[in-house]
Amino acid sequence: MTLEAKIPEGPLAEKWSKHKFNLKLVNPANKRKYDIIVVGTGLAGASAAASLAELGYNVKAFCFQDSPRRAHSIAAQGGINAAKNYQNDGDSVYRLFYDTIKGGDYRAREGNVYRLAEVSVNIIDQCVAQGVPFAREYGGLLDNRSFGGSQVSRTFYARGQTGQQLLLGAYSALNRQIHLGKVKMYTRTEMLDVVTIDGQAKGIVTRNLITGSIDTHSGHAVLLCTGGYGNVFYLSTNAAGSNVTAAWRAHKRGAFFANPCYTQIHPTCIPVTGDHQSKLTLMSESLRNDGRVWAPKSVEIAERLRKKEITADQVAEDDRDYFLERKYPSFGNLVPRDVASRNAKEMVDDGRGVGGSGFAVFLDFADAIHRLGKDAVAAKYGNLFDMYYQITDEDPYKQPMRIYPAVHYTMGGLWVDYNLSTNVPGLYALGECNFSDHGANRLGASALMQGLADGYFVIPYTLGDYLATIGPKPVDANHPAFAQTKQDVMARINSLLALKGTKTVNEYHRDLGHIMWEYCGMARTEEGLAKAKGLIHELRADFWKNALVVGENEEVNPALEKAGRVADFLELGELMVDDALMRRESCGGHFRLESQTPEGEALRDDDNFAFVAAWEYKGDNQPEVLNKEMLDFEFVHLTQRSYK
Amino acid sequence: MNLTLKVWRQKNADAKGAFVTYKAEGISPDMSFLEMLDVVNESLILKGDDPIHFDHDCREGICGMCSLYINGRPHGPKRAITTCQLHMRSFGDGETITIEPWRAGAFPVIKDLATDRSAFDRIQQAGGFISVNTGGVPDANVIPIPKVIADEAFNSATCIGCGACVAACKNASAMLFVSAKVSQLGMLPQGQPERYSRVQAMVAQMDEEGFGNCTNTRACEAECPKEITLTNIARMNNDFFSAKLFREEHAHEHASGE
Amino acid sequence: MSEFKQTFNSSLGKKLIMALTGLFLCTFLIVHLGGNLLLFSDDEGYGFNVYANFLTHFPPIEVVAYLLYLAILVHSIYALVLTVQNRRARPVGYAAPNRSPASWSSKNMGLLGSILLLFIVIHMSDFWYAYKYSHKIGYKEYRTDLATDKTTSVDYVPASPTFEKSVSTENNVEIVRVKDLHARVAGSFSNLLYVIFYVIAMGAVSFHMLHGFQSSFRTLGWVHRKYTPVVCFIGTWLFAVIIPLGFAAMPVVYYIQSLR
Repeated sequence: MTLEAKIPEGPLAEKWSKHKFNLKLVNPANKRKYDIIVVGTGLAGASAAASLAELGYNVKAFCFQDSPRRAHSIAAQGGINAAKNYQNDGDSVYRLFYDTIKGGDYRAREGNVYRLAEVSVNIIDQCVAQGVPFAREYGGLLDNRSFGGSQVSRTFYARGQTGQQLLLGAYSALNRQIHLGKVKMYTRTEMLDVVTIDGQAKGIVTRNLITGSIDTHSGHAVLLCTGGYGNVFYLSTNAAGSNVTAAWRAHKRGAFFANPCYTQIHPTCIPVTGDHQSKLTLMSESLRNDGRVWAPKSVEIAERLRKKEITADQVAEDDRDYFLERKYPSFGNLVPRDVASRNAKEMVDDGRGVGGSGFAVFLDFADAIHRLGKDAVAAKYGNLFDMYYQITDEDPYKQPMRIYPAVHYTMGGLWVDYNLSTNVPGLYALGECNFSDHGANRLGASALMQGLADGYFVIPYTLGDYLATIGPKPVDANHPAFAQTKQDVMARINSLLALKGTKTVNEYHRDLGHIMWEYCGMARTEEGLAKAKGLIHELRADFWKNALVVGENEEVNPALEKAGRVADFLELGELMVDDALMRRESCGGHFRLESQTPEGEALRDDDNFAFVAAWEYKGDNQPEVLNKEMLDFEFVHLTQRSYK
Repeated sequence: MNLTLKVWRQKNADAKGAFVTYKAEGISPDMSFLEMLDVVNESLILKGDDPIHFDHDCREGICGMCSLYINGRPHGPKRAITTCQLHMRSFGDGETITIEPWRAGAFPVIKDLATDRSAFDRIQQAGGFISVNTGGVPDANVIPIPKVIADEAFNSATCIGCGACVAACKNASAMLFVSAKVSQLGMLPQGQPERYSRVQAMVAQMDEEGFGNCTNTRACEAECPKEITLTNIARMNNDFFSAKLFREEHAHEHASGE
Repeated sequence: MSEFKQTFNSSLGKKLIMALTGLFLCTFLIVHLGGNLLLFSDDEGYGFNVYANFLTHFPPIEVVAYLLYLAILVHSIYALVLTVQNRRARPVGYAAPNRSPASWSSKNMGLLGSILLLFIVIHMSDFWYAYKYSHKIGYKEYRTDLATDKTTSVDYVPASPTFEKSVSTENNVEIVRVKDLHARVAGSFSNLLYVIFYVIAMGAVSFHMLHGFQSSFRTLGWVHRKYTPVVCFIGTWLFAVIIPLGFAAMPVVYYIQSLR
């Protein structure tokens, strides 16, 4: 099958405008005849649902949380990029485009990324109009800060909770439409399958998480805005509930899954303390604006630190290795996430890790506190420092933070074309759920940008084209496909409930996470990946024999919810390993030890791997088929990424 | 650490609930409170028992989903954090911990420790927004906002909607939650056009949901994980009375023929 | 009119009524204390008795007095309505006692208010009702020598039981005949139980004011970084300390005097 990305011809800067003009429109009177299903209410979902309802479509929105406001977009801390150039420091749409393409290690589409940079400026305007309280200067205008992978200050922020503020903005727009009756909101409702009729997505099957009722919903189009799959690693910065089920079910109904091995490991997270741990907490990348990353120069000193014989402040300046500043003088501590993470891992592998477990390096604010004063540092990062203190019981004003990389974001996702449509007509994927804009590594403060760009400024245009094509004829909710899909869902639930083995679902999840982190984490090898494939295979087989799922369907049953999600992670994990095995190059977050430069940087193989890997599901226990979408670079020149 | 837990168990909204005592053994002080419950739940599942149900999601103190009333305090004994950020080192070995759901008529129990807080959503839907459509808005820097106003609005906007204020209030009042949103939008220039209709709509919905009245005891402020201040309530009162008593809500009719 | 009804039926509206009536009652406390300080003047009750007579016979004050009774009534009834509503807002209570930090007075306004209402009823039936509608209170005649400004007093028995007050001047001596409420006060305050009850009630006033005064400003929405501390200062020192102390001093001083 050939993958048609539908990127418009013409100069980069005109592609989107031209495309918008060429898209078909739905006349205002007809819009109310269309029903749109939006799954997920994070930045992408809430903004899409609200914007489409504003246009006049009837929207049904779904989330598994108790309120749309709780989607995990809320946890984003640092900020959102936009090419406003308010700081007069040389930013432009083209520079944001270029930084993003380069940051993604040349594995994203030029057209998509340029559009993202182009609409980034509208996002800020939109959010301010909604009452999002961004940080401001004394003159009353908006403030910016810098983030990794760029040399300009283009990140807008709301202290350490930009994600919550942006989500509350989108949530308020959504609330307005719920109030007006244009959006019907279903909370505590999990999507468990997509209904396709003649190859087109026409609805979904959901489970009410309170009553267990399995219901079908029909619509002219289905938008999946269900986030990423980082929880396949068990420990990640994702929310406990974040899962791949919606995207995976869509994949099994025909939607291609692209670049699953591209996962982002965030360099600054609070290190793991023990096996009981359920979640890793991120310390915002913005901390690297003022914090200096270091490890002891010698293994001996590291050893003494680990044994708590000395404390960090007793390590002399000469015995400290500020390795990011040393290796990357021009970007310093603000190198992209994949680079920072890999270097931290290198220190630990070298025996120079600190903290009780040795799996950590320092993020030190002593200089910043000395230079700016404690109050100024507290004003900038106070809530993050408090959070660190709560979790570790160590005061970061007095001692440097201990940080270590953790799984944070997944660049891979459902394959979509320029219109955000998957290869299944009528099925769209927005935000982290799709694969489109970040290539092999996402730059900080770009996830919020992409989620909102998709929801506010892309889908309202591109969806209309498809809807105009299919026409406003109502979807036949009595079509046998609905009953059949519902049947499939119930059968699967029953098979999960029939599992009365001896091992809890959570243990399987943890085991899977260990395998993924060990073999498909920050550094991957042919051998390790092959081993992981076997291990996951065994684990999955064992799950379906030995797992223990308590309770029944017709009640609140988190054990059942979790079982369904972990079962999907077990399948996804194998695909990720397949993808990582296939991609015999290093790029961005995907680091194959076999492919590195003499300095230990990711070495791409553009001749053989400048493509999007879109995997096609072929049935249970059948190998998935690889479809390649070649990446054409007309405007940027592919080079070895350098942040020196 | 070994602990005794007294946990409220209730099968569903209609069932009668009761306290059940559990032992939590081998708990590490580095565990979060929810991780401690995870451990208990794992052992319950292995015994084939129904695990304790509680709401949780992000586990980093921002989604507002976790909601436990621990030893007489929402989100437990520490100030300005949510339950998921509460660590077991805040408790003593051998301690007995009583865990209850939020108690309020407007927050009916769904199961065990989880309650239905959709009343908060309905209050927001009644008017907690600025009516702008996507697109067609002015440049973000067209409206300068004094830093102090922006910072104050941000302080109000930090509310995570967990409902600890309602749980802590002796009257189960939702005033702190409602006033935080009213204040945020009421202070910003963007929120002015709907300032007075918004506050009326939200208060009306709040009353309809059956929350109690505010006695200014400050328990809400003390328990708010995001330290939303009581000042918000006064701001809301001011706007509400101003709206009800002094604002013209409809334009004067035009004389015919003009 | 329905607009107003709606306003005052809302939760905030009911609290507004509580705040306004409460503040009105606060102003009364000042006036009442000011007048009653006459009890401390060593004039055998002359000033106090004349003042009591003035209060009950000057028409504008009569009007204000009825407003005051109305305020007490409304304040109590709304307190009851709000309490019932608040109870209903939490149908199932907590098992663990609430440990949220909040001042004791703010959590017990209902209890404090109930004590005060009981006090007001007893207080008013003993003095106000007895003064106005019963004949239990005797009379006094004050003779002031206008040349020397010396005053002497004797009990007086009027010809008619409806007698209230008279002022006349004979031979450069001013004769004032008036109901002797002072004697009633002195009598009541010689009873130890009565004095204890008064002191407890004033303690209730203190705690009720400690929370109530500043809280009413919050309810009205009058909070300001610069002025709120002033309100809190006045609420604490004037209304919760000076006024209750002033009131409580009267029975205590009179009781001690009665022991001599």
